[in-house]
Amino acid sequence: MRKKQLMTSSTSSVITLKINGEKHTLPVDHRTTLLDALRERLDLTGTKKGCDQGQCGACTVLLDGRRAVACLQLAVAAENREITTIEGVADGDRLHPVQQAFLDLDGFQCGYCTPGQICSAIGVIEEHAAGWPSAATSDVRPEAGPPPLSAEEIRERMSGNLCRCGAYVSIVEAVARAAGVQADERRGEDVPAGKGAAA
Amino acid sequence: MREFDYQRASDVAGAVALLGADPDTRFLGGGTNLVDLMKSGVERPARLVDIRELPLDEIEPTPDGGLRIGATVTNGDLAAHPEIRRRYPALAQAVLAGASGQLRNMATVGGNLLQRTRCGYFTDVTKPCNKRVPGSGCPAIEGEHHNHAILGASGHCVAVHPSDMAVALAAFDAVVHFHAADGPGQSPLADFYLPVGDTPHRETALPPGALITHVTLPPAPVAARSRYRKVRERASYAFAIGSLAAALDVRDGVVQDARLAFGAVASRPWRAGAAERVLIGAPADAGTYAAAADAELAAARPLPHNGYKVELIRNLVVAVLSELAEEAAR
Repeated sequence: MRKKQLMTSSTSSVITLKINGEKHTLPVDHRTTLLDALRERLDLTGTKKGCDQGQCGACTVLLDGRRAVACLQLAVAAENREITTIEGVADGDRLHPVQQAFLDLDGFQCGYCTPGQICSAIGVIEEHAAGWPSAATSDVRPEAGPPPLSAEEIRERMSGNLCRCGAYVSIVEAVARAAGVQADERRGEDVPAGKGAAA
Repeated sequence: MREFDYQRASDVAGAVALLGADPDTRFLGGGTNLVDLMKSGVERPARLVDIRELPLDEIEPTPDGGLRIGATVTNGDLAAHPEIRRRYPALAQAVLAGASGQLRNMATVGGNLLQRTRCGYFTDVTKPCNKRVPGSGCPAIEGEHHNHAILGASGHCVAVHPSDMAVALAAFDAVVHFHAADGPGQSPLADFYLPVGDTPHRETALPPGALITHVTLPPAPVAARSRYRKVRERASYAFAIGSLAAALDVRDGVVQDARLAFGAVASRPWRAGAAERVLIGAPADAGTYAAAADAELAAARPLPHNGYKVELIRNLVVAVLSELAEEAAR
């Protein structure tokens, strides 16, 4: 009965969200953020709520492959988009290179900001690979070519993710290592079969 | 948050018709400012019309040699675009200096222009604010105003416009194009933000119910050598306390052309026309740059706690123009 009321109200809708490749249909009050839909309605609690104001980055997810904060994204407006959360970045039991690097290099202490840090870092590495400059890039003209992903570049590009434990030193190292691994994998795609960079 | 109806627009005219003249309806773009303001109760729309899927997400050349930037182009895509970076580098730098990577991927050009001030009294619904509740007063004038306006303010409001992008657009004579109920229209960015006067709640020249469709940049060869420099209270991810978009063309030691606009000093991006008039035709040296800054800042009326901005902007002008001139000489 309640469900039917929700479905006919002008302030709620039945929506379908595509999350980590899977479709989820649910009724939502239009006020529901994507963050609350993930955590409170779909039991995808890997995405964390920090400030709920777009300032801390704990709720970072990937929308159509680009990093975004789920706390300022209305769930109803996220229909038709490919949503990737921390639950969806690994390849089965094989961790994403960014996850592996955070583990290997202790890129966290309490771990609360970590899902957001990892999703953000995945976005950073993609943006950098696509040649995007940052505020730390001295010459933004395309002729200057993409800047190396230095520690300064990583710090600037990751500045939307706060870590109250202050694990930043290891986070920067983990992002740098993962970027190197992914660059190797990209190069590996061009070499003949059997000579990939999996090792 | 107030409950609201939600509709998704499929074309520009339809979006404008959906909104109509309803003062309780808002267009939803990236939502990074609107949704935040809805959470805090500053904005209480009864209906949102989602325009993010409208076909306004392209950056294209214009017949006159300029660029046309769609209103739903994200800040991230704008700053990454090769033609923006090549022909208007200060615009790419300004966008990259704003917000975080996540927010830039969500925020749109139209929304960036229409974002609201971050004045703490405006965003706190328990406080008076002439911009939010006309006639209720401005506590900032006697209160916390270290990051408020030094130019163009009034006794009714001293808030600053928070956009970095708009500062560079102002320097490069951008034009804002919109679609209103009676058809398309346009406004030079210089006239888009209204004087504060005694109506700080009226912020732009956008007709009621109109939708920004795109921004055009006229060709500006001088912009190829341009820079945006932002000063803030931490190294990244903070609003400006003062910023500068500058472009300079120097030949034989003489300034041929110059563009200057200041950010975080007024209710709008502040095009520094008086400074440009001093620069053009004058010797390209630090004395000229300081005189240009002083010509513009003669109109500054700082408050007790933001007088530092006058010197900050003056120093930015001298430093950035000196750098641009040095690069031109190489």
